[in-house]
Amino acid sequence: MAGASPEHLMIAPIVIPMVVGALMLLYDDRQRRAKMIMSLGSAVAMLIVAIELLSRAKGSELTGGNSIGFYLLGDWASPFGIVLVVDRLSAMMLLLTSIVAIPALIYASAGWQGQGQHFHSIFQFMIMGVNGAFLTGDLFNLFVFFEILLAASYGLMLHGSGQLRVRAGLHYIAINLIGALLFLIGVSLIYGVTGTLNMADLATRIVNISEADRPMLHAAAGVLGIAFLIKAGAWPLAFWLPPTYQAAPAPVGAMFAILTKVGIYVILRMTMLLFGESGGLSAGFGSEVLIAVGLLSLIYATAGVMTSQSLGRMAGYSVQVTSATLIAVIGFAIGGGGMAMLGGAMYYMIASTLATAALFLLDEVLQRRQGGIAAILALTADAYGVETPEDDTEAGEVGITIPGVLTVLAISFFAVAIVLSGMPPLPGFIGKFAMLSSGLNPSGLGRGEPAPIMWLFVFLVVLSGFATMIALVRIGMQTFWGDDEPMAKVRLQEVIPIVGLVVLLVLMAVRAHPLMRYTEITARALARPTIYIDGVITAPRVEDKQVPAAAAPMPEGENGA
Amino acid sequence: MEHVLAAAIGVLVASGVWLVLRPRTFQVIIGLCLLSYGVNLFIFAMGRLWVDKAPIMEKNGVIDPSQFADPVPQALVLTAIVISFATTALFLVVMMVSRGLTGTDHVDGKESN
Repeated sequence: MAGASPEHLMIAPIVIPMVVGALMLLYDDRQRRAKMIMSLGSAVAMLIVAIELLSRAKGSELTGGNSIGFYLLGDWASPFGIVLVVDRLSAMMLLLTSIVAIPALIYASAGWQGQGQHFHSIFQFMIMGVNGAFLTGDLFNLFVFFEILLAASYGLMLHGSGQLRVRAGLHYIAINLIGALLFLIGVSLIYGVTGTLNMADLATRIVNISEADRPMLHAAAGVLGIAFLIKAGAWPLAFWLPPTYQAAPAPVGAMFAILTKVGIYVILRMTMLLFGESGGLSAGFGSEVLIAVGLLSLIYATAGVMTSQSLGRMAGYSVQVTSATLIAVIGFAIGGGGMAMLGGAMYYMIASTLATAALFLLDEVLQRRQGGIAAILALTADAYGVETPEDDTEAGEVGITIPGVLTVLAISFFAVAIVLSGMPPLPGFIGKFAMLSSGLNPSGLGRGEPAPIMWLFVFLVVLSGFATMIALVRIGMQTFWGDDEPMAKVRLQEVIPIVGLVVLLVLMAVRAHPLMRYTEITARALARPTIYIDGVITAPRVEDKQVPAAAAPMPEGENGA
Repeated sequence: MEHVLAAAIGVLVASGVWLVLRPRTFQVIIGLCLLSYGVNLFIFAMGRLWVDKAPIMEKNGVIDPSQFADPVPQALVLTAIVISFATTALFLVVMMVSRGLTGTDHVDGKESN
């Protein structure tokens, strides 16, 4: 072990949840408070690590605000071993994950953690998979982390059992297994054509691929793209998404808002690396498809938002609205021109992820009033043989009814509605505005006049905003005005995360300038992938850096294979 | 050899797709198994087909890459087998839970007729 040099921080977002999740397996399931504290501690530690990584990725004035970290697992020379890469985009995604994880965990502590076994361990393993997918620079390793996060998400999705959930879970697992097989086909085709799985190495080789092999590579990218679009929830591959997200336990639904972003992240990363301007003859490949899929999913998701009768379903469709918008923007970006939209789109993605997470949490609290979820809870607790919901560890905290809690929830609901529909002053508006204005900017798509397709995009984004507003206001009126039933008991741990997410959204609007600067520089860095590629190719091994015997190879823990 | 392998992959995948589209969970899981066999063979084939070549180089001696098969697809296939085995087992459990809860093995949890 070559001392705890600060570079090892890069692997911490994978190691922390893995170790904590494994440790918690040793505890009896009744020690929920201990597990809760460990789980939350791990999430906070990841938050701190993510903030540190982000401030490093920002770099200094010297590096032009873009410094990328590389971590060679097992100290293998770069294209042969697995490499972890932290750049501005992955650091941002890591931060977003831990920011959503903390409220979800606090919310789960109010009851969901007791509905089945090993909630916290599975939760940590899912975060490990998500973080690994954001960090890895290797295609097959990406597959491994995908499977880790998916396997954990199956467990979380089915957490608490119940017929509805098992049925939705069955479909969810079947779809994702097929997606995983497509992923494997794509990865192995790429290996067959190029002989490498390292994403940066792939990007350098893509220029020199022979004319005969190029269609094969494109086919491979297409198959991979289908696998990621399934995950991202794009029409027509996402009919599983709303029922699954609706059936999932509320804190899990909130976390699932991140899972679709993993799909988006991979599409963004791969297209920017392989089919950006440095892609040679393949530059711009898939742009039309991404735009078309994005716009069609936007129509589908907007219709879904309008027609859903329940808040949970609507939240699922809202996730799809975000995905659809981002997919279309990625399409514009690699099609040339629309690169300026990416910065705004990333800001919008953060805002809408936080808002949909809050919406999933709100959904359950508000539903409880109509007795639906409470009844299911009682039933599943019975079926599962959980003695009583009020066992010893929780006896002290039962039923704090907070006066005016409905007001707090109503205000939160209203704020979330504003963000999702894109009304000023909250960040949904700022993100959409930045995206649309740079799309319509003469220097944007089409040089001069914006292309007709851009007008269609603008129209659909605005329309989806209106639809979301109408639908959410309708549900809000039913919930807050139409019901005479007394407010169900809501625990403090359930209100705090919702309010916390809303406060974060407000902060995002207040600090919009530095945040937007960050995402814009990130977009610019993505547009010039050479720094990333050269960095990975030339990443020095520890052995090369430190000459003497101290440079024994590091123990390889997360090698994946 | 190529034709046999290609036919094997084709038959496995075609049967798998057909079975996955059937309404019973048992058929779906068998279909998923066949699909994953087909995909595993496909990964294997992506390392090119070799006869009588080992994927591991000897520590000392001749290092002539043309004498060895590509080891990477073999490592990939190993990982893929383990992962698909695990997820299929998980799916099986969920399938049985679903059967227990709904009393039917239809994927939608209720009989269609």
